[in-house]
Amino acid sequence: MLILKCPYCGVACDETELHAGGEAHLTRHGPGSSDADFEEYLFMRENPRGVHFERWRHVYGCGKWFHAARDTATLEVFGTYSAQVAEPPKDVRAAITAKVPGWRWRDLS
Amino acid sequence: MSFRLDTGGRFIDRSKPRSFTFNGKAMRGFEGDTLASALLGQGQMLVGRSFKYHRPRGIVASGSEEPNALMNLGRDKTFEPNARATTTELFDGLEAESQNHWPSLEFDIGELNAKLSRFLPAGFYYKMFLWPRSFWKHVYEPIIRKSAGLGRAPRHRDADHYEHFNATVDVLVVGGGIAGLQAAKAAGEAGAEVLLIEQGAHWGGRAPVDGAVIDGVPAAEWVEATVAALGAMPNVAIRARTMGAGVYDHGYALAYERLTDHAPDPSLPRHRLWRIRAGRIVTATGAIERPLSFAGNDLPGVMLASAVRDYVTNYAVAPGKCVVVVTNNDDGYRTALTVQEAGLEVVVLDARSEANGPLAEQARAAGITVRVGRGIESVKGKGKVEKVWVCDQTRDGSNPDPIKADCVAMAGGWSPVVHLWSHCGGKLSWQEDGAFFRPDPERAPNGADGAAFVLAAGAANGELETAAVLTDAYVAGARAAAEAGATGTAGAAATADVELSEPMLPVWNMPERASYALRSKAWLDYQNDVKVTDVELAAREGFESVEHTKRYTTLGMATDQGKLSNINGLAVLAGALDQEIPKVGTTTFRPPYHPISMGAIAGEARGALFQPVRQTPMYDWHDANGAHWEPVGHWRRPYAYVKPGEDVHAAVKREVLATRNSLGLLDASTLGKLVVKGPDAGKFMDMMYTNMMSTLPVGKCRYGLMCSENGFLSDDGVVARMDDDTWLCHTTTGGADRIHAHMEEWLQTEWWDWKVYVANVTEQYAQVAVVGPNARKVLEKLGGMDVSKEALPFMQWAEGAIGQFSARVFRISFSGELSYEIAVPASQGRAFWDALLEAGSEFGVTPYGTEALHIMRAEKGFIMIGDETDGTVIPQDLGLNWAISKKKEDFLGKRAQERDHMTDPLRWKLVGLETLDGSVLPDGSYAVGEGVNDNGQRVVQGRVTSTYFSPTLERGIAMGLVELGPDRMGEVIAFNRVDGTFVQAKIVDPVVFDPEGEKQNV
Ligand SMILES: [Zn+2]
Repeated sequence: MLILKCPYCGVACDETELHAGGEAHLTRHGPGSSDADFEEYLFMRENPRGVHFERWRHVYGCGKWFHAARDTATLEVFGTYSAQVAEPPKDVRAAITAKVPGWRWRDLS
Repeated sequence: MSFRLDTGGRFIDRSKPRSFTFNGKAMRGFEGDTLASALLGQGQMLVGRSFKYHRPRGIVASGSEEPNALMNLGRDKTFEPNARATTTELFDGLEAESQNHWPSLEFDIGELNAKLSRFLPAGFYYKMFLWPRSFWKHVYEPIIRKSAGLGRAPRHRDADHYEHFNATVDVLVVGGGIAGLQAAKAAGEAGAEVLLIEQGAHWGGRAPVDGAVIDGVPAAEWVEATVAALGAMPNVAIRARTMGAGVYDHGYALAYERLTDHAPDPSLPRHRLWRIRAGRIVTATGAIERPLSFAGNDLPGVMLASAVRDYVTNYAVAPGKCVVVVTNNDDGYRTALTVQEAGLEVVVLDARSEANGPLAEQARAAGITVRVGRGIESVKGKGKVEKVWVCDQTRDGSNPDPIKADCVAMAGGWSPVVHLWSHCGGKLSWQEDGAFFRPDPERAPNGADGAAFVLAAGAANGELETAAVLTDAYVAGARAAAEAGATGTAGAAATADVELSEPMLPVWNMPERASYALRSKAWLDYQNDVKVTDVELAAREGFESVEHTKRYTTLGMATDQGKLSNINGLAVLAGALDQEIPKVGTTTFRPPYHPISMGAIAGEARGALFQPVRQTPMYDWHDANGAHWEPVGHWRRPYAYVKPGEDVHAAVKREVLATRNSLGLLDASTLGKLVVKGPDAGKFMDMMYTNMMSTLPVGKCRYGLMCSENGFLSDDGVVARMDDDTWLCHTTTGGADRIHAHMEEWLQTEWWDWKVYVANVTEQYAQVAVVGPNARKVLEKLGGMDVSKEALPFMQWAEGAIGQFSARVFRISFSGELSYEIAVPASQGRAFWDALLEAGSEFGVTPYGTEALHIMRAEKGFIMIGDETDGTVIPQDLGLNWAISKKKEDFLGKRAQERDHMTDPLRWKLVGLETLDGSVLPDGSYAVGEGVNDNGQRVVQGRVTSTYFSPTLERGIAMGLVELGPDRMGEVIAFNRVDGTFVQAKIVDPVVFDPEGEKQNV
């Protein structure tokens, strides 16, 4: 059972307080988008063994959505951060690089 | 035969005799006995029958690794199956019954299976599916049903109660042997908050039995002093009878405390499940001795050597008078010395070609016969050990010589208990010189910080010698404390004399080149009846992966999860595959370490506490007036109000007719109420709903649809514009929390720069639907605001007073009748309900439940989320195109609804269905088409989504989704019934009552 720190209220949350929301940093494709783009947005998800970026909600707490960067294999948590960003902040990416040199995730590294 | 010795027994108190029954027979033991030691003390060697062959089985072990001695305990409301006699502490009045025998333990019909054993090979169940179906039905299934299963399920509700504990500690130490005690002491001295748990009733583990000397005193004395020292430390908590059951991500652990199993007391919880968060977990879980694989190694009287000396030393029980110790290592000699000291005869068979270590020499000096290079060809006897045939270990077992014996003590070496280490991903490495897997500290389970959070200590870490155990445990305890943030310094580690020993010899087959006949009588897994030859057969049939072999043979899949069989089975598989053991690897260790009770898992969550029940302010009135309750989400809603002398169907019919003809009341408080407010609220509402909501005038209501991003209809309800920047969204009863979360998700994660707030005010208001031709009259009678057609037309709302109550009144209708939905503050709900009942009495006011609500909406052709929708239905399927804005550039689901599959003209669409005979269509029935599909199933062309008896029309009405349905009005199609017959129904308009909407708009 994971522990993730909610970046809004600062609580170290037990997984039972949280709701998992799948992959982070998706780009929404709405009306006018191509079939390929829409399919990618709606259905295609990363399933890495290693560094991953996820959405979580502190549902039995402050109610806020946030992002977590963690390793799906070792369960190490590199950092949690606001859900209101389009990509992981620099300090989180630096923390990952320090532990997992050469990591890649979608277009990020 | 086993018997009680006249003297000794560390754990028993001879001044306190205890009586119990076994299979109805009265027996006696002592305070401090386990059920196993008490049975052995009474000469009861035979304790059960094996799972597959129903072979007679006796007690093998002295702890939780016991595979055979599974008992039914207690009766009726305290009945419990599959309890291990070795971990069941004796109390006065205990009732035990052996399992898996028929008709009796001594005379068991199923033993025939053993004679048929060549027809029950490895993979028997899988192979049998290939046989003709009639064989399965008439021959195998009855036999399997008769002989399957250990124990039986309880038939009564459990009378005991259970609870959960939560604990957060710096260091959790699992295991109260000398390693656990030393680790806890070091961690505690360093200042860490420590919890030390031990599965048994006693501290110190094996060390006192094995004769260890610690800090110059006998181990038992050191244990007592250390437990006292730990008890005096304020930062250390210690719990006996508490087993570490599982280790999970990020330092989470479960422990299982048995509070009253040894002394029943209904005033206390029977079991307690500890949910622990630990900074570091030290697993000091010891090691388990391995059996040896020789023919007849499952006869009652064949036991683990360590168990033999446990019974002698701890309980003063001799498992026999003439003991043969068969060993491949020095530790077996401890058992020989112990039983000789107890006055029993003993011979040692050592599989090694030489044995000159200190313990072997001590045994010889004590006059014990030691035969090296020897093994057991077979053990023979009728239901018990009678004769041991001794052979050359290195050969095939020919020319054996017999020894008379009634007990065989197997010392096959030790395997560290690595379960807890492995539960959360800790990896193992193979230790050649002890022939066991041990935790690999380089590949430990990691915590959130990326560092190892589990540390193995002592025998569980592969250290089998006292001095090394203590040093290892000290280091682990101190390190765990430091890593968990403690800053103090641990005192000195305890010391012990170095114990010299000679290397053990791995023995996987005894004798080494045993014939097939011998190997087919050598058991690996006692509980699931898996033999050496079964594993070899699996290997021959191509099961190379250990995980596959496990499932094919069922090796290690019984309730002991292979505690005894794991390594021996792996070794046999490796041998058959001609591979190294570490290459074959182990199966996955899964929690719990040892079975825990379902009661402990449930804890307090049973009965009324199972989950919270949401009640409206009118709940008590409903309950006192015949409410037939229906759960809707966490709410309870009246399905109907049943009057005396009436059944529920009659009540529903009465409620519908009374509402249609005069006046009905519905408690609609459970409907979701979400307030959406802010400068960007209109823009947000247009994204959430398929309809245009931003243009809804203040004071007006509009029925709206919400879809998920992949286009499917998710929820519906009436939206009311409150003021310039505020909308009130009604959701379905079950949808309020979900839709609130859905809105928050989009606001927080996609449009976070939009200035909108969403508040769920569902429970702030009580809401009553006042429905029927006399609805306006009753409101006018109460007085207050103007509710006339002119002042408050259909699909508008107004704020004001109804009688004494401040109210929001919505002119909306889900029944097709003149209808006002009136919201008042929740605190006023019951008073408002009572006022309506009183004022309505002259109109025969009739409260109605959810079934009447459903029938009336179905008569009007209104859809219901969850009936007409199932997560695959889009609004277009339901003829709701009118509620989908064509002007809006975007809303959730719009892009998805443009996909090919969503615009396919052959999608099933909503229609009404009218049976030709007036009957009610079966719920969930399918409309059948011509021919069969690729799977040989009848082609279908539609299905029923809602079906009721309409009291208004006095016949069945239904809605359904039918291929090209709206284009086929008047066509008659067939719907299936479960009995294989069909019912004919005509495709009609879904609206069967007041199609022009005249009744609601007056
Ligand atoms: Zn929070």
